[in-house]
Amino acid sequence: MSTMTTSTPGTPSTRTPPARPESRPARRGRRLRALVGAAYAAPTAVMVCLFFLVPLALVAWMSLHRWPLLGKAKFNAPANYSGIAEDELLRSAAWFTVEYTVVVTVLLFVVAFGLALLVQHRRPGVGFFRTAFFLPMAVGFASASLLFLGLLSDEIGPVTDLLSWLGLVDGYVSWTSGSPDSALASAVVLVLWRFAGFTMLILLTGLHAIPPDVYEAARVDGANRWQTFRRITLPLMRPTIALVLTLMTTGSLLAFDQFWILTRGGPDNSTTSLVMVIYREAFIRLDLGSAAGISVVLLAVLVVFTVLQFRVLRRRSS
Amino acid sequence: MKPRNARWGYYVTGTALAILFLFPLVWAGFASVRTDTGFGLENYDRLFTSANGVQFRHVLNSVVVSALTVGGTLFTATLGGYAFGRFRFPGRDVLFLLTLAILMVPYATILIALYVLLGWLGLEDSLIGLSLVLITFQLPFSVFMMRNSFEAVPVELEESARVDGCTSVGTLLRIMLPAVRPGLVTVGLFAFLTSWSEFFAPLILLNSTDKFTTTLAVVNLRTASHGSIDYAALEAGVVFMAVPCLVLFAAMQRSYVRGFTSGAVKG
Repeated sequence: MSTMTTSTPGTPSTRTPPARPESRPARRGRRLRALVGAAYAAPTAVMVCLFFLVPLALVAWMSLHRWPLLGKAKFNAPANYSGIAEDELLRSAAWFTVEYTVVVTVLLFVVAFGLALLVQHRRPGVGFFRTAFFLPMAVGFASASLLFLGLLSDEIGPVTDLLSWLGLVDGYVSWTSGSPDSALASAVVLVLWRFAGFTMLILLTGLHAIPPDVYEAARVDGANRWQTFRRITLPLMRPTIALVLTLMTTGSLLAFDQFWILTRGGPDNSTTSLVMVIYREAFIRLDLGSAAGISVVLLAVLVVFTVLQFRVLRRRSS
Repeated sequence: MKPRNARWGYYVTGTALAILFLFPLVWAGFASVRTDTGFGLENYDRLFTSANGVQFRHVLNSVVVSALTVGGTLFTATLGGYAFGRFRFPGRDVLFLLTLAILMVPYATILIALYVLLGWLGLEDSLIGLSLVLITFQLPFSVFMMRNSFEAVPVELEESARVDGCTSVGTLLRIMLPAVRPGLVTVGLFAFLTSWSEFFAPLILLNSTDKFTTTLAVVNLRTASHGSIDYAALEAGVVFMAVPCLVLFAAMQRSYVRGFTSGAVKG
């Protein structure tokens, strides 16, 4: 959401007086106004410092210590970091999280782009379709995970009945815990349902920002649909696509709710995500230092990743 | 080109997909009232009365957290947005960039530190502590939204108020706030939807069951059950959680979607 741009750029500069000697009262008035502005910004400053900058420094500090949930912290660097390499579960969780991120990013992007193309023009029914695709977003993600737990369950869920009626499956299927693949697939379907409409909405804003005369020119030049899409829509959508990809990958790398609730990380830890490992270190093994170490590594990866994305984005759009 | 076929393709695809997307919602509503003998509210009854079910206290906690988060977000982001959009003061740009940088650091990675920090502040296992964290992570979007809203208000409007002898606070309250109402609605709606359904932050920051929010309590029905899960009661919980969001969403959908697309991502 950080790339939403302002509609009226640079209002303050229009109010800066032209370069001529300032009278004393004018200067005093400007100082007073600066003070008032700083006072209005104070609550934001306090919140950002106290609940963002301090914890950011604290998580790095904690990662250098043996920091039990109860009891005294003790400096032990770099034990929390060297422990990371040896943790078997952490390694499999990292692999799983990357695998999940790739699958979700690709599928969600394709589905959301398809939906956006379907509802990009104003025609009858388009408002209803957009609302229908976006509506799952109004259900909290934890609630959505519980909804799918029931939907995919054998006891009250209709999915198995429906598929066996169609002859696609035979008998009892335990979707969320039967096999690693079906557990992953359950989570992916849930995420597609919940986030496709939201992603579609962001992509729509990009689609609508393409000037109609560009399409008109392509039509005059005799370009067919595929050529127009390939040569005009996609290149002009690049910044929006980059934003959507960043949101999707960051969100997936931090996946928690869907696995905590839907698959419980199983079967046999096969769907345990990185954030689940952080939770386990902190609140089951009561080792906050180790949890902080993993958090710092994950954080570094995310920041590097985001910076790279924006680099690429800026280079291509300039 | 076959326009008529294309139009049919659009309707058929759109309708089929809309059914697919709406089906889980409709099914949850259906499953929550279906009982062994027919239809009734027994599932809701079990949701609210079973030993580890949802208590009135949990709903109240959710309401308190949502109210604190919406109020705190609106207060902080309105003042901040006004300051960033209309004033020049030392450190303005640095603070604005820092606020946006919160987006780059997803809270899941610093929640461990927030847990320790809130303990130091005496806000361990507290609804206020949870709300403060939720407010902070609403700030990048909310401050950005409010700054844009304030910047879009004509400067003359504010200046004429000042000439008429309005104080700074008076101008903000009587002239500026009505002018940025769509922004306020969007920011408030987002803050509510997030705080009402948030799961991970309360899971980490709240320890005792009587502090649980509704989301935690409903999820607890699943995670605390060893063996058989009461799926029907779970779906009742899902519906109970979703209804306020769906109602608000339907009531404000117009301004929600407009707020979303008007600031818009440049394509």
